[in-house]
Amino acid sequence: MAEPGFTLIDDGQAVEVAYGDGVERAGHAQRAGRPVALDLDERAAYLGVPASARAAALASLEAPDFTLPGLDGRPHTLSAHRGTKVLLVAYASW
Amino acid sequence: MWQAIQEELRGFGFTVVTVALDRSPEDARPWIEAAKPTHPSLIDTRHLVADLYNVVNVPTIVWIDARGRIVRPNDVAFGTDTFKHITGLEAAKHLGALRAWVRGEAQPLAEARTRALQSLPTETDQRARAEFGLGQWLVERGRAEAAARHFERAGELAPHDFTIRRGTMPMRGIDPMGPTFREMLGAWTKAGNPYYRPLPE
Repeated sequence: MAEPGFTLIDDGQAVEVAYGDGVERAGHAQRAGRPVALDLDERAAYLGVPASARAAALASLEAPDFTLPGLDGRPHTLSAHRGTKVLLVAYASW
Repeated sequence: MWQAIQEELRGFGFTVVTVALDRSPEDARPWIEAAKPTHPSLIDTRHLVADLYNVVNVPTIVWIDARGRIVRPNDVAFGTDTFKHITGLEAAKHLGALRAWVRGEAQPLAEARTRALQSLPTETDQRARAEFGLGQWLVERGRAEAAARHFERAGELAPHDFTIRRGTMPMRGIDPMGPTFREMLGAWTKAGNPYYRPLPE
């Protein structure tokens, strides 16, 4: 039987690694102060962004940039609107 | 909901950008198709914007000036009075302030005041978002039961974060308008916590 794999979701990107490597890297990320969600049964870990980094970015008042798709799937980047005022609205169907 | 103000102010160097914190584009589609927006109307199934801006409920609005700087931090505002009978929040106050700022008739908040009004994430909030992120990835992989454990853990870590507690209900097969939500909301408000936290000014 092949060695079971492990998925690390880091910065939104899922990468496949060996099980031992994955567990080790999740532990390392946690010791480095990153928020980590781990599921050994599912052989996956999500490595998040520390509050200190998010808080510093927000406190700088530079609007954090992002790229997301519309309904048509085409990506759209917030900073493409530099030069105009933006009302950013987060909403949901729920 | 926001198309009217987009249309009204588009000649003033202004645009609305909406982001749906929804399970799938299909969940957001009816809303977007009904609104017929001419502004960017984006889908954020992984709650990236919630993570970047510390969004804990919807709707949340942020004003960003032409230099790309936040000039009004996270606030609660509606584009219309459709839900006023439930929320008690009137659209007009925010829309009036928005108009004045966009037209250059009023200055936005000073930087120091903007910072003072920001709510910044804690380490526990970010742990909750990591649990959400793992759960959302598991949902994408068809691992609903495993995902539910992480969503529950996320909700325990950040009980004030309704993008997690309510926003994951559709992913868990729970009606986000149904009895489970009403029970959650009842317990939350009975304990003295507001569901919406509009800025004081």
